[in-house]
Amino acid sequence: MLMPAPDSNTIAQKARLAAALAELLPPESVIADPIALKAYESDGLTAYRQAPLLVTLPRNTAEVSAVLKFCAANQVKVVPRGAGTSLSGGALPLADGVVLGLGKLNKILEIDLENRCAVVQPGVQNLAISNAVAAAGFYYAPDPSSQIACTIGGNVAENSGGVHCLKYGLTTNNLLGLEVVLISGEVVRFGGKHLDACGYDLLGLMTGSEGLLGVVTEVTVRLLKRPETARALVAGFGSSEEAGAAVAAVIGAGIIPAGMEMMDRPAIHAAEDFVHADYPLDAEALLIVELDGPGVECDHLLLQVTEIVKANGATSLRVSESEAERLKIWAGRKAAFPAVGRISPDYYCMDGTIPRRRLPEVLKRMAELSQKYGLRVANVFHAGDGNLHPLILYDANKPGELERAEHFGSDILRLCVEVGGVLTGEHGVGVEKRDLMPEMFSELDLNQQMRLKCAFDPDGLLNPGKVFPKLHRCAELGRMHVRGGALPHPELPRF
Amino acid sequence: MELLSPASLEEAADCVRSALADKAPLEILGASSKRGFGRPVDAVKQLTTAALSGIVSYHPEELVLVARAGTHMDEIAAALEEKNQFLAFEPPDFGALYPGDDAGSNRTGTLGGILATNLSGPRRFKAGAARDHFLGFTAVNGRGEIFKGGGPVVKNVTGYDLPKLLAGSFGTLAVMDEVTVKVLPRPEKTRTVLLYGLDATAANAAMTKALTGSYDISAAAFLPEIQAQASDCDYVGAQGSVTALRVEGSGPVVEHHCAALRRDFGGATEELHSANSIALWREIRDLAPFFDIDTILWRISVPPAHGAGVAANCAIDIPGSNFLLDWGGGLIWLSIPASGGAHAEQVRRAFQRCGGHATLVRAPEAERRKVQVFEAEGARALTEQVKLSFDPERMLNPGRMFEGI
Repeated sequence: MLMPAPDSNTIAQKARLAAALAELLPPESVIADPIALKAYESDGLTAYRQAPLLVTLPRNTAEVSAVLKFCAANQVKVVPRGAGTSLSGGALPLADGVVLGLGKLNKILEIDLENRCAVVQPGVQNLAISNAVAAAGFYYAPDPSSQIACTIGGNVAENSGGVHCLKYGLTTNNLLGLEVVLISGEVVRFGGKHLDACGYDLLGLMTGSEGLLGVVTEVTVRLLKRPETARALVAGFGSSEEAGAAVAAVIGAGIIPAGMEMMDRPAIHAAEDFVHADYPLDAEALLIVELDGPGVECDHLLLQVTEIVKANGATSLRVSESEAERLKIWAGRKAAFPAVGRISPDYYCMDGTIPRRRLPEVLKRMAELSQKYGLRVANVFHAGDGNLHPLILYDANKPGELERAEHFGSDILRLCVEVGGVLTGEHGVGVEKRDLMPEMFSELDLNQQMRLKCAFDPDGLLNPGKVFPKLHRCAELGRMHVRGGALPHPELPRF
Repeated sequence: MELLSPASLEEAADCVRSALADKAPLEILGASSKRGFGRPVDAVKQLTTAALSGIVSYHPEELVLVARAGTHMDEIAAALEEKNQFLAFEPPDFGALYPGDDAGSNRTGTLGGILATNLSGPRRFKAGAARDHFLGFTAVNGRGEIFKGGGPVVKNVTGYDLPKLLAGSFGTLAVMDEVTVKVLPRPEKTRTVLLYGLDATAANAAMTKALTGSYDISAAAFLPEIQAQASDCDYVGAQGSVTALRVEGSGPVVEHHCAALRRDFGGATEELHSANSIALWREIRDLAPFFDIDTILWRISVPPAHGAGVAANCAIDIPGSNFLLDWGGGLIWLSIPASGGAHAEQVRRAFQRCGGHATLVRAPEAERRKVQVFEAEGARALTEQVKLSFDPERMLNPGRMFEGI
């Protein structure tokens, strides 16, 4: 993975920079020791590693501001980092960059149930928010599978999803306000406890901007009332076409389930071998549908979904009659990644979204690619919203297999775009999909996004090398000549 | 004023490039139904999306509709209704708020206009605003460049979320052509429980109780007696103020929640079923019967438990003001007699302690020129840099949101 060329001058000044930062922060909040720095060399995408120049661990907004202001003044690159669970390399350090870890900003500042919101610092774990309000019957809806570890600041940066986002939305639909520190050190606030922006929706823009626009130091999240009950059903199908048709029919009937997940045969077998969830091993596709709400609603909708699933050729069907049975149905799906980890030394998790109606074709072509690359693939699928997670099985110890897995993954994502989908549904672009961005966006599309980055970070110091395949100087992107009636860009490419 | 009506994105790009060459800024219009919303634009020509019209594709089972920005909202609504779907953010029809402007044009507005103003209706707190349903677009920026943002599917985090930024940008960043929106199934049933005779404080408390309880409320509004009397709906107006709580969903669940609400709230209550319930929430969404046409109108967004308090502050400071509460108290519609001016200072002082923001939705042109119609989010400098990153020569709707931006 090619990253921006490290600036040898910055690297040479490491000791001076560390000493100066240690004057802005408590000395223990600045890490310069090479062995201690190793802990930060990668995130959840472990295939890429790079020790940072320095790590800083500020304790509050003022210290974050001081670090950013210092880095801007010294033209030092900054890589913000939450819990480091990114699957796209969003927090991959730079050899000449300072990692800005937000782990010490880990307090829940306020729980305001009257206004159905909580104000938290970015280093608070996703699940900790729900736990803090559980006794009052509330929760925070987005539930990425890493929710026991990942932090809300990282969720904002990546616009994280989860298995319930078809009904309850992604992170961006569940935020009310942010406090953000710009690279200049300036502290700005977007939103609050009220709804809608009072000018441009910079809260919406910040969400999912992958640490390239600013550093989030406070988050106001919406809290929802936890549904009274939830029930799940699991059905086996003889083909992915039939399972896909069942999903379309459920939505066609006007039902938006709390969760709707599919798994293919390899994923079913891996999960069943691991956790014994009583999945049907003869099925080509497995569908899990969860409904939530008052008991009367769950029962009513479950009856409808059961009829739909049967009508679409389910070969097996089981409905949860207790909370224990519901959890058992989910156990296999939730353990799918580690289950695949058991049958292969390594796996590579992809994250494209496709129009659901193209699923059978995508699975067929993925099987062909699997043959071509000589690597197995297992699929889990957020079926409701078309978000596909192919898991490519490989062995990093076998020479060339990682590269083959990466090429296979790239081909899968190209396929997603080709059928009318996108490169990433919830994991982010990071470094992983950076070089595939031109598959989805034209040069003009990317230039517009990069000009927006320039509006926030004119020197390109925040998380450079992520998201955009080419680095441009802001002056070059902003250039526009209009002379005497001549069109500025007569050579403009047209769609 | 010369009116340009490009029929393609390429033609729209040509219009913007000509404007750049002539240094002649453009006012961007859809159906002109909300032209009075925002600051007056100092433009030399107008560009309308009227010819960029029609539904491009609609896949109900994918929950996605693609239409061109100039497509009228009634066309969109009819297509969705046929498949028993809708735009869950309940886009309002503000045709009655701005009468007299370009009579004869379609008063329901366009999809592009709804997205550009980021409007939403009573379901906002549950289902989101236009921004939350805006997935992708193709557009021309102020450099005359064709670009796209977002994506064609409901779940996407590839690149910056430009649809969020274009939502509510009032045509100041780009001229949109094709837009992709998320659509959802319509609820099977709708019912509304009415609580009669509460004062604003008690009504706000009741809405908070309902929204923090397990009733799955999809809308909560308070009509003071004078507004309740203005309503044309059955069961509304004869018994003092009305606090309205809406539940939606399948038959059994709606019955279950309504029964629980009437049990838990007591007092004088009534229950509106399908047609009456729909009619009441349409009134609240569109505001049609509530405020005199010649009044100044503010839209104030605050933390929901503070709505009544903020409204009370306004009543003290601003003579002749009237209000209603939506979004469980989080949205205050405030009307002020035009004769006394917009009272921007008093309005914005009213929520200083609890936080929030106010937008001047309707006022005479002179007033909209004088008063801050919007408030710049975060730093004004950042707002200006964002504008310039799309439109460096300020060709698109200059000044519509902020003076000099």
